[in-house]
Amino acid sequence: MTGLTQYFYLIPLIPLLAFWVLIFWGSRMKEKSAYISIAAAISSFLLSVPCILATMKGQTLSLEWTWLYFGTQPVKVGIMVDSLSAMMLFVVTFIGSLIQIYSVGYMHGAPRFSRFFAYLSLFFFSMLTIVLADNLMLIFVGWELVGLCSYLLISFEYERIAAAKAGMKAFVVNRIGDVGFLLGILSLFWLFGTFQYKPLTEQIMSWKGASLAIPAMLLFCGAMGKSAQFPLHVWLPDAMEGPTPVSALIHAATMVAAGVYMVARMFFLFQSSVEAMQLVSYIGCFTAFMAATIALTQNDIKKVLAYSTLSQLGYMVMAVGVGGYAAGPFHLMTHAFFKALLFLGAGSVIHGTGTQDLRQMGGLLKKMPFTAWTFIMAFVAIAGVPPFAGFWSKDEILLSTFNSAVPGHTLMFWVGLFTEALTAFYMSRLLFMTFFGEQRDTSIHPHESPKVMTVPLMILAFFSLTAGLPGTPMAHHWLQGWLHQSFHYLPVHEIHLNYAIMSGSIILAFSGIGLAYLMYYKKSISAARVAAYMGPLYTLSLNKWYWDEIFELCIIKPFLWSTTILYAFDVWVVDGLVNACGYMVRGLSFLNYVFDKYVVDGLVELNGWIVEKSSRIARLVQTGLIQNYILLLVAGFALILWYTVLQNIGSSPFGQ
Amino acid sequence: MIIPLNHILVLAALLFCIGLYGALTRRNAVGILMSIELMLTAANINLVAFSRFVTPNTGAGQVFAIFVMTLAAAAVAVGLAIVICIYRNHRTISADKIHLMKW
Amino acid sequence: MMEQFNNIAPWEWVQLISFYAIAAMMVLGALFVVTMKNIFHAALSLAVVAMGAAVVYLMLDAEFLGFVQIMVYVGAVITLIAFVVMLTQRANQSGDNKATNHQKFISFVSVGTVLALLLWKIPNASWLTTVTNAELANAHTIGNALLTDYLLPFEAVSVLLLAVLIGAIVLSRREKPAKDDGGAE
Repeated sequence: MTGLTQYFYLIPLIPLLAFWVLIFWGSRMKEKSAYISIAAAISSFLLSVPCILATMKGQTLSLEWTWLYFGTQPVKVGIMVDSLSAMMLFVVTFIGSLIQIYSVGYMHGAPRFSRFFAYLSLFFFSMLTIVLADNLMLIFVGWELVGLCSYLLISFEYERIAAAKAGMKAFVVNRIGDVGFLLGILSLFWLFGTFQYKPLTEQIMSWKGASLAIPAMLLFCGAMGKSAQFPLHVWLPDAMEGPTPVSALIHAATMVAAGVYMVARMFFLFQSSVEAMQLVSYIGCFTAFMAATIALTQNDIKKVLAYSTLSQLGYMVMAVGVGGYAAGPFHLMTHAFFKALLFLGAGSVIHGTGTQDLRQMGGLLKKMPFTAWTFIMAFVAIAGVPPFAGFWSKDEILLSTFNSAVPGHTLMFWVGLFTEALTAFYMSRLLFMTFFGEQRDTSIHPHESPKVMTVPLMILAFFSLTAGLPGTPMAHHWLQGWLHQSFHYLPVHEIHLNYAIMSGSIILAFSGIGLAYLMYYKKSISAARVAAYMGPLYTLSLNKWYWDEIFELCIIKPFLWSTTILYAFDVWVVDGLVNACGYMVRGLSFLNYVFDKYVVDGLVELNGWIVEKSSRIARLVQTGLIQNYILLLVAGFALILWYTVLQNIGSSPFGQ
Repeated sequence: MIIPLNHILVLAALLFCIGLYGALTRRNAVGILMSIELMLTAANINLVAFSRFVTPNTGAGQVFAIFVMTLAAAAVAVGLAIVICIYRNHRTISADKIHLMKW
Repeated sequence: MMEQFNNIAPWEWVQLISFYAIAAMMVLGALFVVTMKNIFHAALSLAVVAMGAAVVYLMLDAEFLGFVQIMVYVGAVITLIAFVVMLTQRANQSGDNKATNHQKFISFVSVGTVLALLLWKIPNASWLTTVTNAELANAHTIGNALLTDYLLPFEAVSVLLLAVLIGAIVLSRREKPAKDDGGAE
């Protein structure tokens, strides 16, 4: 490591410093506090650039220290940068910085402004910890911290009870996943004696023992929680209660991607067990499909985007689950750009119109041009229109699924393909309802957002369109090659283009767009009639497949019942025992008292009584008559005399 | 000395015990003092007898006897003074009526 | 005990007989002292005993002591006792005047025990007697001894006598406001 790269440990520490400063002195700085946070973010980005360049040259940066001693064995932890981390570094710091700049405009005038940026800086620190960690323990630390930041930021406007509840829900559901995650980490430590990736990679790649499915599945629990996979997906839609920059940064681009990143990091573990791969890919596939169906019918702009995020995350997880270790992260990167852009654009719309309901929007193309055009660019990316970013990454995923060795991959392929059509459809619906046509609600007066908000949109738009290019065949799959440095333990994967799949996905994308065009632009097909035709399927989709209600009934209610029972147990049995003990003690102390009073005191009094009575008798000796005393003397003398004489019979000095 | 020593000692012993008996039983305070004199006389006889038989030259026993005599006289003097005091205060000199030190 | 009575000259018989007589008189007198109801008679008996003691001293070649005994004991002590008897006779006239008190029996027993022991042991004891032809102790010897070997006791006794003198006077002084009717003057 030379030059600037040797300071790569500062990358997470500078935002941490910004957090400390803003937490203590932020309220005094008010709106100027944003500059500190943005400066920290940008410096992290600038410090990352040399590191990224270094990995492109094939270097790996690392720093290691001993954390504690397990008996005599040292447990080492550290940080490192290789190609996968470098890609994540780029995504997190670059998009993060842009979102922070955007927030200056969006959060203008909000109460606790400085605290918002403090939390953002804390989030930066935590996310960068996850990305830079070279061991499971440190990633877990960062994992928990991003969970905390998520909670803090979702419930930022905690005066609204919905926001507060959403924050709690996010944290609790995340924690459930983290239990499994921690168990997985500990089981791996127990088996292999180390937390670090490199030793684990070496040991597991040459592992001939029992199946490692259980540790892998436990680790995946953490990914399910963090990346909102089924069944721990319920928190993500509710997390939209937070401010839009938060949704963009955390719940679209970076935090939720941490799960995918972790699975990619531990890919050597997952690929050793078919059962683990199956679990991962099935859950990913199902999440993608389910979320896409729900997104079809939502009327809140942020909710549509939330379910879209869920769906895309499902794709990423499925990709890694079927063995596409490069496809997943590739999609992660492109998705980060266009999803962040979509959210920021939605935020701009909300900021400009004051509403989140699609049914009240329309015709915003002319009123908010910058927002609209950047939004369109993001849209073409996500819909899978070539040659834009989303097309390439999604195609990679479909290709990996098709060529995968995981059982059931064919079904997953078809589901993925169908979901792509759904994705195109609901995104187009969103686009048309928001920006095109006539303004449905004439009471709102939309206006364009300030430059501090539109410039980041434009930068992100550029990257949404172009971020996919490094992974394309034209670039000779440079990105996948670069990423392979992190997967060096696997043989190099030759990518054969399957033009059938490519054309199929293009056809489906355009048909989705076309159908939405007809329904929402031209209005030749009535949306209401289609909904009535779908009947129960429509209701199911509109109500998010009732998952929240199911969890409420099956998990939360029984839990609350058990607390009531335990409370009763505590009050009656435990407290009863304690009280019984108390009564017993009182009874025993009463016996003690009786004993003390009659026996102990009695003995003492007996002593006194004896002394008194005996002295009463003894004093009779003192008659006052001296002759009595002399008599006693003489009598005693006589006794002693006789005693002595009798003793000394036979030894008299005077003879007999 | 034709009188055997033992006989004189027997005499003295008898006198002593009689005097002792008197000291214990006489009710009259002066009677008690007289009994004490009797005991002292007996002791004197003992001393002089031994002086004659054991140390006839130095007369140590006789000197001792002189001292005893002196002290006996002193004791009687003070004792009788006390008796007179008691007679004055209590109008009685009966030993068993004077029990001020009774409990 | 009877062996020693084999070679006795006539005048020695006189000595012996008179000794036993005197002894008997003394013992009798002593008994009277302790048993007489009349105190004055008891005092006179004591005088008899004292005289007998003086004779015994004379028989024991302690002439000085014998005369001193008569002078001091009989002449002073008995006299003094007689005086006090007379002074306190009013107390003796009243009521029941038993000579002895209630502890007669037990004291008889105790004293009898002591006497029994003494009478058992003394007759058969052999003492370290010495027979000497040198001069027997006399007044000269006693006087010398008093002022040379026994000087300290001599001086001490003189101080004691002083104390007794003062004490007796103080004790028998008439209290100032006290009015005695008959008797103690």
